[in-house]
Amino acid sequence: MAPHSNVKDHSRTTSDHRSALLEIRSLSKSFTGVQALNAVSLQVNKGEIHALLGENGAGKSTLIKVLTGVHPRDEGDIKLDGRAIHARDSGHAQQLGISTVYQEVNLIPSMSVTENLTLQQQEKSFGLINWKKADARARALLARVGLENIDPSRQLDRYSIAIQQLIAIARALSNEAKLLILDEPTASLDASEIKQLFSLMTQLKNQGMGIIFVTHFLDQVYDITDVITVLRNGECVGTFPTASLSRSDLVSHMVGKSLDDLATSSDHQATGKPQNTLLTMQCVGKQRFLHPLDLTIHAGEIVGVAGLLGSGRTELCELAYGSTKPDQGLITLQPESSAKPTAEPTSLIQKSLRQTIQSGMGYCPEDRKLDGIVAELSIRENMILALQASKGWWRSIAMSEQKKLVDDMIKRLAIKTPDMDKPVGELSGGNQQKVILARWLITHPKLLILDEPTRGIDIGAHHEIIQIMQELCEQGMGLLVASSELEELVMFAHRVVVMKDHHKVAELRGSNVSEQAILHTIAS
Amino acid sequence: MINERNLPIFATLTVFLLLYGFGMYEYKGFRDTLVFTNLLTDNAFLIVTAVGMTFVILSGGIDLSVGSMIAFIGVLMAYLITSLHIHPILAIAISLIVGTAFGAIMGMIISVFEIQPFIVTLAGMFLFRGLAYLINLNAVPINHPFITALSDIYVSVPGRGGLTFIAMAMLVLLVVGILIARRTRFGMNVYAIGGDKQSAALLGVPIKKTTVKIYALSGLYSALAGVIFAIYTSSAYPLAAVGVELDAIAAVVIGGTLLTGGVGYVFGSFLGAMIQGVIQTLITFDGSLNSWWTKLAIGGLLLFFILLQKAIVFWAKKRSPAT
Repeated sequence: MAPHSNVKDHSRTTSDHRSALLEIRSLSKSFTGVQALNAVSLQVNKGEIHALLGENGAGKSTLIKVLTGVHPRDEGDIKLDGRAIHARDSGHAQQLGISTVYQEVNLIPSMSVTENLTLQQQEKSFGLINWKKADARARALLARVGLENIDPSRQLDRYSIAIQQLIAIARALSNEAKLLILDEPTASLDASEIKQLFSLMTQLKNQGMGIIFVTHFLDQVYDITDVITVLRNGECVGTFPTASLSRSDLVSHMVGKSLDDLATSSDHQATGKPQNTLLTMQCVGKQRFLHPLDLTIHAGEIVGVAGLLGSGRTELCELAYGSTKPDQGLITLQPESSAKPTAEPTSLIQKSLRQTIQSGMGYCPEDRKLDGIVAELSIRENMILALQASKGWWRSIAMSEQKKLVDDMIKRLAIKTPDMDKPVGELSGGNQQKVILARWLITHPKLLILDEPTRGIDIGAHHEIIQIMQELCEQGMGLLVASSELEELVMFAHRVVVMKDHHKVAELRGSNVSEQAILHTIAS
Repeated sequence: MINERNLPIFATLTVFLLLYGFGMYEYKGFRDTLVFTNLLTDNAFLIVTAVGMTFVILSGGIDLSVGSMIAFIGVLMAYLITSLHIHPILAIAISLIVGTAFGAIMGMIISVFEIQPFIVTLAGMFLFRGLAYLINLNAVPINHPFITALSDIYVSVPGRGGLTFIAMAMLVLLVVGILIARRTRFGMNVYAIGGDKQSAALLGVPIKKTTVKIYALSGLYSALAGVIFAIYTSSAYPLAAVGVELDAIAAVVIGGTLLTGGVGYVFGSFLGAMIQGVIQTLITFDGSLNSWWTKLAIGGLLLFFILLQKAIVFWAKKRSPAT
């Protein structure tokens, strides 16, 4: 590096508080064929809180991981304080002055607060750690985040997640950080804790620190940030001053469509046709799991479930499907033939999951890798699982029939694979999701429950999955879809159930289904 | 209030005191300091091995090679002294370097290739035993004036007891072990890796470097145990210390260290090894019991401690977190 650039930079820092701290120039990164970041440029100034926004899969976490050295970059330059940096790993990034607080608290639960705060930075006397000094330092750091009252000698996991999160922030501040990255730090904090965090962020900003703030709460973005950068599909949409960017513009940048488009599409959705009741939940709930609620789903209808993380979305899906048994209420599924509307509806609560599947329900869980696919099995085997389970293990399905079914599904859902015997684990996220969908479609369900069907898959596949859902709906299937992506929910859902604190707080229908309304309901 | 983290080590201390108290109550001879100092001498090599093993288990790993290492180092030392006529100090130094290097190599294989420590150290266990046989098939006496002089060092304490050289060496190594564990950056990194490896990496702990150091340290401590064992028996035998790795693991676990890593103390392992020694001594004093009762008692104790740890973890989780 040329010496004069250093001098110049130094003079800039002293004269102007708002000089560039972090400069990223055309940064690219791809994972096995998926372009996670495509020539992203970004500049964070000193004394600036910079919001990094984008939907799931937009490339926010990849960008952070490249910055902190967790992933090596493919190409591009990163400059911190005018110097090109190449963080080898998280520890090296910290030495360079980049500290990160992740959504999940990344501290050691079995160690004390002091031990956590001073790990790798302990002060020593005569070559040995001086725990008295370490304790004093820990207390000083805790005081900075407003945690004067906690006992740093206690084990970390004795404290609530919110406090652990604040401790993690205290730690991030410990090593003379120039740039602080907060990756969704507010997910586990309550309102007063968020306020505390924000005043701390303002204080740090005034001290000249640069802060990158990742969040999906738009209110917080407008409360605290100076500048917003929006990523979409691995590309930088643009950087805007927060004050001059309206919410609707921000949302349309994030979604990649203008809100007018969204509005018309949801209007179109709202035109309903005469519907048969498929599933009725009456006062269904479970202690410490979900507050009792009522819900009906009709044939040919998509019911969305909205709410923040941990609001009870997944819990509702699990109760509806019966993978978790409710301890009160009644769930009924309309019997097969609509010719006999008087036939007795079947109560599902006492039934086994196999009977539930036989009676026409399917469930695609939230965590694809953990609960959904069997990565080592082939596409064919994965698709046949549910059908086989509903038939019972002793009545095997002939190979020729299996092949025909699977072949049809691969064509119908446009699954990109050379052949049906490829292990599912080798497919991309979107195609894995389609395999799970296919697994249920083979059983010809009347009602399909999807929890986060578009999480972690690329944008192209997003649209395909939504299209498939809409087609299924037109064919008369009922769908219950939980999603954290409001923009999408609003696009396809006829009705939206809004969850908050494990309660059903509202059911929006028709023209009331809009992002604004959902956010409003959640916020009120 | 006792921190729940310290509960296992208090349980270990209580068991040790109860056993020792029982011996003092039952047998007059047990009350002499000689019994205690003999415990220190007789279990020195096991304690030293257990100290090294503590670091490995704290990091969430395991080292099965330590028993074979003791035999191999003993045979190597005897060969250097009696066949090559190298001075024992140099021979001991060479042996320790060899032991540390072998430990470091196992650590590298574990960290670079991400292979389970169980398999790598199992291979080490067979390898070192084989190497011991390669050097010598039979028991060899080590009679060098320097070794004899070391064995003759004896510091009397009140009563009939006294500290031998190896007992004192063990105590020094124990203190060093405690300091490394609690007062060095490396020690803290070991706890961090055992507590949560991913988080430790994100906090900047050099995982690979630390892993290599952990197994190198275990190699060094088991090599030291090999030297102590050779001085203790004044001989070397390739079949020595068979199964000591399991005794050491038992000592660590009885001492309150979680097998999953992250929680435990070096001093606990000392107590764990001493408990095994006390049980053995009690059986000797009784005279009518077969020595296999030791194994029975240790088996029972191990089960008890593993269940105790589970209970503590369960209890700690159940209580609502402090604010």
